[in-house]
Amino acid sequence: MLFQIESVSLSRGQKPVLDRFSALIEEGATAVVGPSGSGKSSLLRLLNRLADPDSGRILYRGSPIAERDVLALRREVMLVPQLPALVPGTIADNLTYAAKLARHEQIDGDRALTDAGLDPGYADRDTAKLSVGEQQRVMLARALAVEPRVLLLDEPTSALDAEATAKIERALSRLRRRGDLSLVVVTHDPQQAERLTDAAIKIEPSRPAVGLAT
Amino acid sequence: MSTIDISPGDVAASLALVAVAVGIAAWRQTDLERDIGIAVVRSFIQLTAIGYVITLIFEQDNLLFVFALIAVMVGFGAFTARARARRVPGAMLPLVIGLSLAAAATLGLVVGLGIFEPKARYLVPVGGMVVGNAMTASAVALNRLGDEFDDSAGRIEATLALGATAREAALPAVRRALRSGTIALIDSTKTTGLIFFPGTMVGMLLAGADPTDAVRLQLILLYVLLGSVAIAALVSTALAYRNFFTPAQQLRELP
Repeated sequence: MLFQIESVSLSRGQKPVLDRFSALIEEGATAVVGPSGSGKSSLLRLLNRLADPDSGRILYRGSPIAERDVLALRREVMLVPQLPALVPGTIADNLTYAAKLARHEQIDGDRALTDAGLDPGYADRDTAKLSVGEQQRVMLARALAVEPRVLLLDEPTSALDAEATAKIERALSRLRRRGDLSLVVVTHDPQQAERLTDAAIKIEPSRPAVGLAT
Repeated sequence: MSTIDISPGDVAASLALVAVAVGIAAWRQTDLERDIGIAVVRSFIQLTAIGYVITLIFEQDNLLFVFALIAVMVGFGAFTARARARRVPGAMLPLVIGLSLAAAATLGLVVGLGIFEPKARYLVPVGGMVVGNAMTASAVALNRLGDEFDDSAGRIEATLALGATAREAALPAVRRALRSGTIALIDSTKTTGLIFFPGTMVGMLLAGADPTDAVRLQLILLYVLLGSVAIAALVSTALAYRNFFTPAQQLRELP
């Protein structure tokens, strides 16, 4: 089992976001679906400890994530945020930056760019001159460069047009077939969940949520 | 050396230019009249009071009184700077430590090198100047730090998501905050003598001192100020950024 989410509650400010939420996530590709504001992104942030739940616990490959080294966990279970947040410089600079932060000594930049659906010849391009869709794929490449075992993708296509969405989806479909990488994809689009993943967890707002991988 | 005799009437007369400033503020509807009025009244009360305190301390010539006065200045300085750093959680302690270190390092240096004797007459004005400038620099730096964390929360969290430590994730914000805090003093140090004459030199020249002596003393003070302001901004920023993160290297949720 990749993740066991056991009766997790979370609030932000005074507002409850997740209420005794339980779910199982298997290896492979899993979607987290639900309407806006239902707590999908908050759940994703719990999986690599960008936040901790108020109560309940989460197990990763059988051991509680709260007992793992948080930096090692994030380097293994890597989250790609909803909006691109690149550092100024070239695409190659961003891959090198990610490798340095993740203490990953050698990177295969060409492979990371190809896997993210980018031409390796783009490496010297200034990220400020890229479209949002291209920037989002650089975010994906940056995460792939440090070879995580799990990718957490937060609405990877929400800010993109149809063409850019198709390119990201093609890249994610290729990654899904690779076999050595699990994906957890937050999306509000049930069709996208079907296209990209094998199982889905549904989160409903404003009532205790119990999700099971199907 | 000639001295200048200043009567309370002279001080009152200098308010003529303040009246002009109030007139302009009212004419241009800038809503600054009240702030100018408060600044005038507060500066009068505070400087008059500190004048009596300093006279008392000079007469005692006891270093304990000097340290007590500087400690009070650090406390007020940190309290004032904290008001500019409202978005930085727990800013008071970093500010107190930053200002204290700046004051201690400066006074230690000028006394250790024998530039000034360890007497109240020298330590009080130098300490006051250092704490005042360190307060301004730290306030600007922490104000900017709060803005940076507000504006760049997404970028900082994206960096944490790559497995970065809190220190690595905060580094660009900390750098920009430090630069903001120190740039004004660096620029004024660069242009000193060309665009403006700094206060100590003006005071000594007005009091009839030899210009060369005035310049040398001013240079010493400029250099120790530059160093102490950098220390204060660096220490307060380096301590304050940690309060944005939890021990698990998570970005703390702010109200």
